Amino acid sequence: MSTAAAERRADGTAVRKPATMAQALNRAMRDAMAEDPTVHVLGEDVGTLGGVFRVTDGLTAEFGPERCTDTPLAEAGILGTAVGMAMYGLRPVVEMQFDAFAYPAFEQLVSHVSRMRNRTRGAMPMPLTIRVPYGGGIGGVEHHSDSSEAYYLATPGLHVFTPATVADAYGMLREAIASDDPVVFMEPKRLYWSKDADWDVNRPVAVPPAGQAVVRRRGTSATLVTYGPSVPVCLEAAEAAAEDGLDLEVVDLRSLVPFDDHTICESVRRTGRAVVVHESTGFGGPGAEIAARITERCFHFLEAPVLRVAGFDIPYPPPMLERHHLPGVDRVLDAVDRLQWEAEWTEGSTR
Amino acid sequence: MTVTEQRGAYRPAPPPAWRPRKDAAPLLPDEEPYRLLGTGAELDEKLLRRLYEELVRGRRYNQQATALTKQGRLAVYPSSTGQEACEIAAALALREQDWLFPSYRDTLAAVARGVDPVEALTLLRGDWHTGYDPRTHRVAPLSTPLATQLPHAVGLAHAARLKGDDVVALALVGDGGTSEGDFHEALNFAAVWQAPVVFLVQNNGFAISVPLAKQTAAPTLAHKGVGYGMPGRLVDGNDAAAVHRVLTEAVERARGGGGPTLVEAVTYRVDAHTNADDATRYREDAEVAAWREHDPVLLLERELTGRGLLAEEDRRQAAESAERLAADLRNRMNEDAELDPMSLFEHVYARQTSQLREQAEQLRQELAAAEEADAQDTNDDGHRGEAR
Repeated sequence: MSTAAAERRADGTAVRKPATMAQALNRAMRDAMAEDPTVHVLGEDVGTLGGVFRVTDGLTAEFGPERCTDTPLAEAGILGTAVGMAMYGLRPVVEMQFDAFAYPAFEQLVSHVSRMRNRTRGAMPMPLTIRVPYGGGIGGVEHHSDSSEAYYLATPGLHVFTPATVADAYGMLREAIASDDPVVFMEPKRLYWSKDADWDVNRPVAVPPAGQAVVRRRGTSATLVTYGPSVPVCLEAAEAAAEDGLDLEVVDLRSLVPFDDHTICESVRRTGRAVVVHESTGFGGPGAEIAARITERCFHFLEAPVLRVAGFDIPYPPPMLERHHLPGVDRVLDAVDRLQWEAEWTEGSTR
Repeated sequence: MTVTEQRGAYRPAPPPAWRPRKDAAPLLPDEEPYRLLGTGAELDEKLLRRLYEELVRGRRYNQQATALTKQGRLAVYPSSTGQEACEIAAALALREQDWLFPSYRDTLAAVARGVDPVEALTLLRGDWHTGYDPRTHRVAPLSTPLATQLPHAVGLAHAARLKGDDVVALALVGDGGTSEGDFHEALNFAAVWQAPVVFLVQNNGFAISVPLAKQTAAPTLAHKGVGYGMPGRLVDGNDAAAVHRVLTEAVERARGGGGPTLVEAVTYRVDAHTNADDATRYREDAEVAAWREHDPVLLLERELTGRGLLAEEDRRQAAESAERLAADLRNRMNEDAELDPMSLFEHVYARQTSQLREQAEQLRQELAAAEEADAQDTNDDGHRGEAR
């Protein structure tokens, strides 16, 4: 029996294989390149090989090596030349092969990409997309699993997007490429193979713009604020908590910059409790900013301090130990348990 | 089979698939810096006159800008005094459609290319970062982070070539900048892509205080070209005619699809690094004096005089032109710039974030409160005046 036959139902209609996040990202670049001749993809191994995660698979074959270019192995050079290409009116999409491989490009990102528009008073916008596969959970050895988003969100002038669903991967990458601002597009690499049977590669559904958080699960007891690779973890934790009678809300931030204060505050004011969950280290991590913003805006609605569940403040561990480091369902549930559910002082005479 | 027998069967051969990729010899620089002035070479007299007038203006511009630091009108000025031949030749070697990528010491090259002198000094005056629209004269923002503008030049030239446009990018960097990683990456990308780029290294002897000997062990900086598969040219950086010719040839070569060229111009930073630096801590007066004898304006004057092309009238005209430039700069720099604090929030993003909108509102309120307090003070003073 041929493969093609296996993909057809008895009545002859095609069975659609569920799309993966990697395929959605690939399709986003393909569609953007087809629509806009100024979109150029460049990076290490993005051409003939199709990228180490195959996210750029087929782009060179379809658009030629001048539109999807294998560059020398030099991240500062890749981003630096992309800046020059953007100066000449192109819309480069740069792939940084792994999170930690993006660090050589940090100076170009901070000193030029993020502020070129500002330092030239709007004369030279930087419509760049910098794709960064990030985070752990795939058994990567040293320097292949960093959650580096804190560096980027601390840099004014950059947008930081991070999708958690197949639909968002497509929609948000299209938005990033179309944006006249530079976007660091953080791709949770352990979700590359996550699937969405409802998402049709030929008919991508519209998603809300970046800057709008999405409530992935409605709940009343407490809010889990999260993004990227931790979204599925939080959803699983919410299901587990439901068995214990807690109804957790899960908010997927989708973008760290722009940051959606409104949706988060609306949720936390309703539930009165919040836990921020991410893989990045906790000290000075994104959760610190998020917890501070919630506290500043929702203080009188809070029944408990805002808690954080984050990676430990250690260099990313070796793969045999990473499960102890990554925020998992149990650690999220432990934090939820500590949200002062039975704290007498909140109801006693002292208040 | 014994080992000896195996060895006997062995025929020395290069590793499989190895082949020389390029003949290195044509890429190597001349043994001495290329010179034209004083050599009796055939030279375009019109060009010599033009170079002379521009160099005289450039020297005066450097002096005036340095003077403005002493008057507090410029926050800092990294002078290119002594390097005017490179600055001017770089600007003149480019055609209208070409792009210049200057570093922070290259305001003179930007001005020679047509950028308004006051706008070119905006960065150093401190009222904004880039004071000019880079697209108007095709001059990229003055780059403070060393060598980081070089990959930009490569990317822009590459993009232009992909589009089929006849554009060459000329990127300026100093001897210190050649130690930066971005120098390496830019040259490598340029050569691999055969991008129409020219790199001009102004080797002025010092990176602030650190001499070239502590910067590199290369025979010359021009030798670095061969490692990337591009020609390296060595030129006397104080010989304006020689720098102009070498750069013009490199631009032509790039334009014709010949790829990038690395040019090392041997020159000297006569002034300190900036007005805030004390050069006597790291170099001898005798060294400076020797270079003053090899001054780029002086070399041109000698050449023109020798050819009977420099009448007193020519000198006077050049000097007057330079004075007009300096006076205009002085007058305009002495006017206080009008700065709008609210402009801090402009152009950070194409799409303003809600956080920046909140912060802009905070500053707006602070400014309004300050204005109100000022008005109150004035009123109070007025009332006291009446009471008296």
